[in-house]
Amino acid sequence: MIKRILGTETEFGIATHNPEALDPVSTSLLLINNYPYLPSTRVLWDYEHENPLLDVRGFEIEGERERPGPDYNRLLNKVLANGGRLYVDGAHPEYSTPECTNPRDVLIYEKAGDRILSQCCEHASRIKEQDKIVLYRNNTDGKGNSYGYHENYLVDRTVPFESLMKHLIPFFVTRQIYAGSGKVGAENRMPPVSYQISQRADFFETVVDLNTMVKRPIINTRDEPHADAVKYRRLHVIVGDANMAEYSTYIKLGATAILLTLIEENWPLPELELEDPVRSIKEVSRDIDLKAPIRLSDGRKFTAIEVQRLYLEAAHRFFEKHELDQTTRDVLKKWEEVLDRLEEDPMQLSRQIDWVIKLKLIQSYMERKKCGWGDSRLAMMDLQYHDLRPEKGLYTALEKDQYVDRLTTDREIEQAEQNPPTDTRAYFRGSCLKKFPKEVYAASWSSILFDVGNTTIKKVPLMEPFRGTESLTRTLLESAQSIEEVLGHLSM
Amino acid sequence: MSKQEHKTDRKKESGKKEEETGTGSKSAEKGKKIKEDLDKLMDKIDDVLEENAEEFVKNYVQKGGE
Repeated sequence: MIKRILGTETEFGIATHNPEALDPVSTSLLLINNYPYLPSTRVLWDYEHENPLLDVRGFEIEGERERPGPDYNRLLNKVLANGGRLYVDGAHPEYSTPECTNPRDVLIYEKAGDRILSQCCEHASRIKEQDKIVLYRNNTDGKGNSYGYHENYLVDRTVPFESLMKHLIPFFVTRQIYAGSGKVGAENRMPPVSYQISQRADFFETVVDLNTMVKRPIINTRDEPHADAVKYRRLHVIVGDANMAEYSTYIKLGATAILLTLIEENWPLPELELEDPVRSIKEVSRDIDLKAPIRLSDGRKFTAIEVQRLYLEAAHRFFEKHELDQTTRDVLKKWEEVLDRLEEDPMQLSRQIDWVIKLKLIQSYMERKKCGWGDSRLAMMDLQYHDLRPEKGLYTALEKDQYVDRLTTDREIEQAEQNPPTDTRAYFRGSCLKKFPKEVYAASWSSILFDVGNTTIKKVPLMEPFRGTESLTRTLLESAQSIEEVLGHLSM
Repeated sequence: MSKQEHKTDRKKESGKKEEETGTGSKSAEKGKKIKEDLDKLMDKIDDVLEENAEEFVKNYVQKGGE
């Protein structure tokens, strides 16, 4: 893959079987504070460089910046041995993958996150047996409340935001045909439907904005790079679904990363200004036959598959002239195969793509039970498809009995729980935590702070995410007897 | 990328038609298998589904996040 920093954040839906149980905030706190495999429970999250109120359009909105005191900070935040972050955001437990350089690694670290959360559930439930906690890797409660799955891609700061927007809008409106997780019904006062492709489409009400919680925009303008702001911007993508299916996650991240490269390289791309992106994203989500035309501002009409094909073709032309590495080749191949299948008959993808896997499962059940779309068990199936518990999750059951195709191995996922990626600054963060758990005072994406004794805190900035890698720091970390020695070599 | 790599790539593309037909029939077979297998899963599904599905779904209310 063209080297790019990427990673994702997943908020989990949370429920208990006991209506008298704790509120969701306390339950989420209980959960993350029961993860048994943290290198240190004392590490603070360093909020110094965080400012989600800064807009790429050049202004800062008013609002309260998050600055919890030390005790609450520790309750809310867990820095993981794999370089990722486990935390409570609002009323949901949330997991961020460490920074990765390719879509397959992100996929593996997402799955490692599910494993971490499952273990939290298991351990927390031991304490309060009657309040068994259930987590869902989905994006909606079916009643108009949505929680997010966000993708992050570092892009070259010199690329004008307008050219990102111009191409990403048609791409995001249509990529749900392979990246949608499927949903029974409609919500947020949108036109009724039995089944739709995306969990999130109903919630998008505007094209561009800084908001993530109300009036959600297809393009989010948060300007918080967590890195050298002169060199990078972080594209914060809030428009996607959290996927269970490995193919969906992999192609979604891979195709998006490829398109970003084409935009950065100023490569000729199709001019596809949609007449009404907010309407189209919902129409595409409701078109499970994938035949409906999307209207462009200039009057032309394309189906979602055709739009995706135009971007894929542009990518093929680009890589005829540029170096093509193995991961990119693989993403292009799978992206193309999936579009071909979707065009022939989407139901062929009932082993690979979430919304099709879920639809097939529900249709089989309806046939068996001779029931219609109004049956309440179908909404239960929709929710339980995303249940993380091995004995209850429907996707998990399909995976266990090999009804779905995978791109990772259990071993890789297990490894990723305690080991950071080797090719980003996450390596330095995770490795320091493992080797010097007592000395790490605080961490964030772009810094790590050490307590070197005598009430002295030393900060190592990590503004360049491609540094702090295994090849640059392993020898030093392995040979160093103390954190002072490491800091000495970093010329602190 | 080098010219050579590029050529191999194109060759792959021209050989793709055959490949596709191959996968096509394989996926039809797979599809059939899935149908039979899913029947088995359907037998189990009522045991796995939460009791009082309607009530459970009704009570599943989340605070918006993000």
